[in-house]
Amino acid sequence: MLAELKKAIGVAAWFMFLTLPILAVKVNAIEQTVAWRWTNLALVGGAAFLLTLVGAFFVRYRPQLTTHWPDLSGLGLARFKGWLLALIALFAAVFPALFSSYQINIMTSALMYAVLGLGLNIVVGLAGLLDLGYVAFYAVGAYSYALLNYHFGLGFWGCLPIGGVLAALFGIVLGFPVLRLRGDYLAIVTLGFGEIIRLVLENWNAFSFGPSGIANIPRPGLFGLALPVDEAICYTYYLVLLLGLLTIFVVNRLRDSRIGRAWIALREDEIACQAMGIDKTRTKLTAFALGASWAGLVGVMFAAKTTFINPASFTFQESAIILAIVVLGGMGSTVGVVIAALIFILLPEYLRAFADYRMLLFGAIMVGGMVFRPQGIIGNVRRSYKFPEQGTGHD
Amino acid sequence: MARNYRFLRVVVLLTAIFCGGAAMVEAAGPPIRLGVAGAHSGDLASYGLPSLNAARLVVKDINAKGGVMGRQIEILAEDDVCKPEIATNTATKLISEKADIVMGHICSGATKAAIGIYNDARMIVISPSATNPELTQSGKYPNFFRTIAADDAQAMQEVDFAVKVLKLKKLAVIHDKGDYGKGLAEFAKAFVEKSEGAELVLYEGVTPGAVDYSAIVQKIKRSGAEGVIFGGYHPEASKIVSQMRKKGMKTVFISDDGVKDETFIKVAGQYAEGVYASGPKDTSKNPLTKAAIEAHKKEYGSEPGAFFLNAYAATLAALNAIDKAGSTDFDQMAKALRRESVDTPLGMVCFDERGDAIGVGFAMYVVKDGVYQEVL
Amino acid sequence: MEYFLELFFSGLTRGSIYALIALGYTMVYGIIGLINFAHGEIYMIGAFTALIAASLLTIWGVNQIAVLVLSGLAAMVWAAAYGFTVEKIAYRPLRHAPRLSPLISAIGMSIFLQNYVLLSQTPDFVPFPALIPDFPWLEPYRSIIGSSDLIILVSTAVVMVLLTMLIKYTRIGKAMRATAQDKQMALLLGIDVNRVVSLTFVLGSALAAIGGVLIASHIGQINFAIGFLAGIKAFTAAVLGGIGSVPGAVLGSLLLGWTESFATGYISSDYEDVFAFALLVLVLIFRPAGLLGRRHNQKV
Repeated sequence: MLAELKKAIGVAAWFMFLTLPILAVKVNAIEQTVAWRWTNLALVGGAAFLLTLVGAFFVRYRPQLTTHWPDLSGLGLARFKGWLLALIALFAAVFPALFSSYQINIMTSALMYAVLGLGLNIVVGLAGLLDLGYVAFYAVGAYSYALLNYHFGLGFWGCLPIGGVLAALFGIVLGFPVLRLRGDYLAIVTLGFGEIIRLVLENWNAFSFGPSGIANIPRPGLFGLALPVDEAICYTYYLVLLLGLLTIFVVNRLRDSRIGRAWIALREDEIACQAMGIDKTRTKLTAFALGASWAGLVGVMFAAKTTFINPASFTFQESAIILAIVVLGGMGSTVGVVIAALIFILLPEYLRAFADYRMLLFGAIMVGGMVFRPQGIIGNVRRSYKFPEQGTGHD
Repeated sequence: MARNYRFLRVVVLLTAIFCGGAAMVEAAGPPIRLGVAGAHSGDLASYGLPSLNAARLVVKDINAKGGVMGRQIEILAEDDVCKPEIATNTATKLISEKADIVMGHICSGATKAAIGIYNDARMIVISPSATNPELTQSGKYPNFFRTIAADDAQAMQEVDFAVKVLKLKKLAVIHDKGDYGKGLAEFAKAFVEKSEGAELVLYEGVTPGAVDYSAIVQKIKRSGAEGVIFGGYHPEASKIVSQMRKKGMKTVFISDDGVKDETFIKVAGQYAEGVYASGPKDTSKNPLTKAAIEAHKKEYGSEPGAFFLNAYAATLAALNAIDKAGSTDFDQMAKALRRESVDTPLGMVCFDERGDAIGVGFAMYVVKDGVYQEVL
Repeated sequence: MEYFLELFFSGLTRGSIYALIALGYTMVYGIIGLINFAHGEIYMIGAFTALIAASLLTIWGVNQIAVLVLSGLAAMVWAAAYGFTVEKIAYRPLRHAPRLSPLISAIGMSIFLQNYVLLSQTPDFVPFPALIPDFPWLEPYRSIIGSSDLIILVSTAVVMVLLTMLIKYTRIGKAMRATAQDKQMALLLGIDVNRVVSLTFVLGSALAAIGGVLIASHIGQINFAIGFLAGIKAFTAAVLGGIGSVPGAVLGSLLLGWTESFATGYISSDYEDVFAFALLVLVLIFRPAGLLGRRHNQKV
C-alpha cells in the first residue's frame, strides 16, 4: 500500500510539473502581467493522485475488471436478441413522436454517421484498406445533389442514385493509383485525395461556388408535397433510418458473399490471397467503389437535410471521426459501428452542458475508449461453421 | 380591508404557482424568448461571445425597466461554433424551443445555412455580423435583418479609398479562401477591374494557417503592386504584413473588418503601422455607446470585443420591434423593424425592404501609433 | 533569376520548417510503426511553453540571448515531457492492439491537447516575441533571406546531422535501430524496448519543440490550432521521403517546400496544397515506399 501511495504522489508530482507552464501560468506579454493559477495546479495534482490510487486499487483487488472485460456477446443477449431488436425498432419508429424536432435532427445526423461508418467499414473493416479521405466521397454525393439541383433542377430522388454512382466512380478513380500501396502509405494518399477534393471545391468558384457554398437545396420530396419544417425533419429521419436498415442488410449480405470473403482474405494476407487465385485489383476496387457509394448516398441525404453545403463540412476531421466510429465500434462489426456512431454524434451534443469542456472530454473519451477497449465495443467476431450433430450437410 | 388584503395575497400566491418563478416580478404573460445564436465556444468564440454579452446587458437593462409589453425577456443562448452543419441544428433547436426572435448568427456561412430553416418556420433573425451580400440582396429571406453593412459595400469602400484617395494604380487582391475573405475579395476584384485608372495585377488566395507566406509575398513584390487589398481575418493579415515589411516592401496594405481588431495590432506590433482597414463607423462619441461600453466593463471587467455594438443595436432593434408591434407575430414584427427607428449605439437604426440597416456603413481606419484612427 | 532565387529560398525555409516536425514523425514511425497524429500538438505545446517562458523571463528582466536559450530549453523539456506522457498513457497500453487502435487514440489525444491549451490559455492568436535578433550584416540580402530563415536553415541542418550521428554511432542509436528492425529480437538481446520507445518520443518531441520555437518566432504568432496543418504537412513530407528514414524526412520536406513555393510563385497559391498532395501521389505511384524508404519484401 505504501508503494502505491508513493507512486501516486510521484504521478501527481509529474502531472503538476507537466501542466506547470500551460495550466498554471498565463502571461500577458503586452501589459507585462503574469497570472499564477496555483489552484489549477493543485486540482491537477489532486486528481492525478486520486486517479492513480483508484487505478492501483482496481489492479490489486479486482484484477478481473481490468484484465477481463465482460464479453458483450457472451452476456446471454442472444436469447433476448429478438425482443431487444423489436424494442429498438419500436423505439426508432416512434422516436419522432416522442422528442422535439431538435432531438430528431440530431438523431438523423447520428444515423447518417452510422451509415457512413458502415460504408467505411467495408473499406477499412472488411478489406483492411486504411482510408483517411473517406469524407471526399461524402462531399461528392452532397455536391452532386446540390449542383444537379441548382443547374438542372433535378430532385432528391433522381439525385440519390446519381450521387451514389458518382461517388463509386470517384472511389475507382482513387483506387487505381493506390493499388500498389499498403497500410500507412495508403492512408496518407487517401488523406491527400480527400484534401484535394475539398481544395478544388473551395477554389473552383465557377464550378462549386467556392467557400460560400450552395444554399436553398430542397429537402427530400414526398410525391410533390411541400412539407413544413417539422414534418420535413421527421420525414428525413425516416428516410435516413430506412437507408440505415438497407445498409445493414446489404453490408451483412455482402460480408457473407463471395466478394466479402475475398475482402476478408485480402485483409488477412494479401499474398496468400493472391496465391489462392483472388483477383486483387478487382477485389480492392470493388471495396473502394462500394464503400464510396454509401458515402455518396449519405452525402445526398446530408445536402437535403441541411439545405446548405460548403466545403468546410468536408474536412479531414470529418474523416477522422468516421474512422474513429469504425475502430471504436469494432472493425467489421455492424452493431458495434452503429452504437459507436450514436455515441460519437450524440455525445458532443449532450455534452453541451459542459460547454467549453466538451471537446476536451470527447478527446479523452476517444483515448480512454481505445485504451480500455482496443478491439472496439464489439470485437471482430469470426464466423465459425458448426457441424450439426447428425450432419445433414447444410446450415 | 383586511379581507381585501387576504384576497390579494391569494391572487399573488396563485399567480406564483401558475407562472413559476417569473411571477416574482410583475409579469403580464410568459417571458419573451430571445434566441442568441453564434460561436460561443471554439476558436471563433472571440467573434461570438461579445454579442452574447451585448444581448445579456440589453436584456438585463430592459428587464429591470419592466420588460417589453410587461413581459420579461429570457435569453436562449445557442452555440453554433460557426459551423454551417451545426448551425442548422442550432436553428431547429431554437425553433423547437419556441424562440420569438433570434439575434445571430455570427458567421456568414452559419447564417446562410440556418436562415432557410428560420424562414420556413417564419422566425425573424437579426444578425450583428453576417455580411454576406446574398442574404439580403437575393430577396429570398424576408425574415433576415442585419445591423452591419454588407461585404460589397465594404469592398467598394476599400477600392474607392485605394483608387481615389491613395491614387494607387496597380492593385493586388489577396484572400484567405474563406467564405468571408474570398467573398469580399471577389467584389474587390470586380470593383478594381471596373474602376478607372487602376489595374488588377494579382488575384490569389492563401492557405490559412500555413507556416510561411514568403512565396506569396515575393509574388506580390514581383507583380509590382502598389497596394494589396486583403480579404480575410487578422491572423493571416498580420503574417503577410510582417513578412512584407521584413522583406523591406513598403506596399500599402488595405484590409477589412476582420482585420480592424485590436488583436491585429497586438500581434503585428510595429509592422501594423500604416495598415488601412475598413470598419464600422466610429460611434464612440454616441452617449449610448459610452453607456454600453461602461456597462460591459462593469459587468465583465474588460473592454467589449468584436461586433459588440452591432449586437447591442440588433438586440435593441429586436426588442423595440416586439414592443412597437405589440405582439410576436412575424408580419407585425417585420413591419415594425422596417418602419420604426430605434436609438442605438450605432445611431438611429431602421431597416430597408431587403433587411439592411439604413445608415450603417463603413469608414476607413489607419493604424497610427498602435491604435486604429479614422481616416478623415 | 532573382525571382527564382527568392522562391527557392522561401521553399527552403518552408521545407526546413516541415523537416523539423517531420523528423519526429519519422522516428516514431520507424520504431513502433505508429502515425503519431498528436505530434503536431506537441510542436504547438513547445511553442506555447516557449512563449510563456520568454514572456516571464522578459518581465523578470533577463537579457535577450539568455531569454532565447532558456525559453528554447524550457520548450524542449516540456515538449519532451508531454511526448513521454502521451506515449505512456495513450500508446503503450495499445502496443499489441489491432493496428488502427493506436491511430484513433492518437487522434483523440490530438483533440484533447488542442482543447487543453485552448481552455487553459486562450482561443485567440497571441503575439510571439521575435526571439531571433535581426542580423545587420544580412540587411542587403533581406529580400531573399531573413535572419529567421537563416537560423531555421542552420538549425535544421545541425539537427539532422546530430540525429544521424546519434542513430549511427551511439549505443542508444544502435538500440533504436535494433528495436525498429525487430522488437521481439531486441528484447531477447537485452534491450529495454520500452525505454527505447520512450526515448524516441522524448527525442522526437524535443525536436518538434525546436521547430515550434523557431517557426513561432519566424511567423510571430501562435494559437492552439497551429499544430494541425503543420503536422499534416510534415507527415506528408515524411511519407514522401520514405517514412522511417531520417534523410528521407528532410528530403521529402524540402521537396514539399519547393513544390509549394514554386507552385505559388509560377502558377497560383490557390492550389498550392493540391500540388503538394499531387506530388505525393505521383511519387508514391512510382516509388510506393517513398523516395528513400526501403521496400520490404513481402513474405507469406
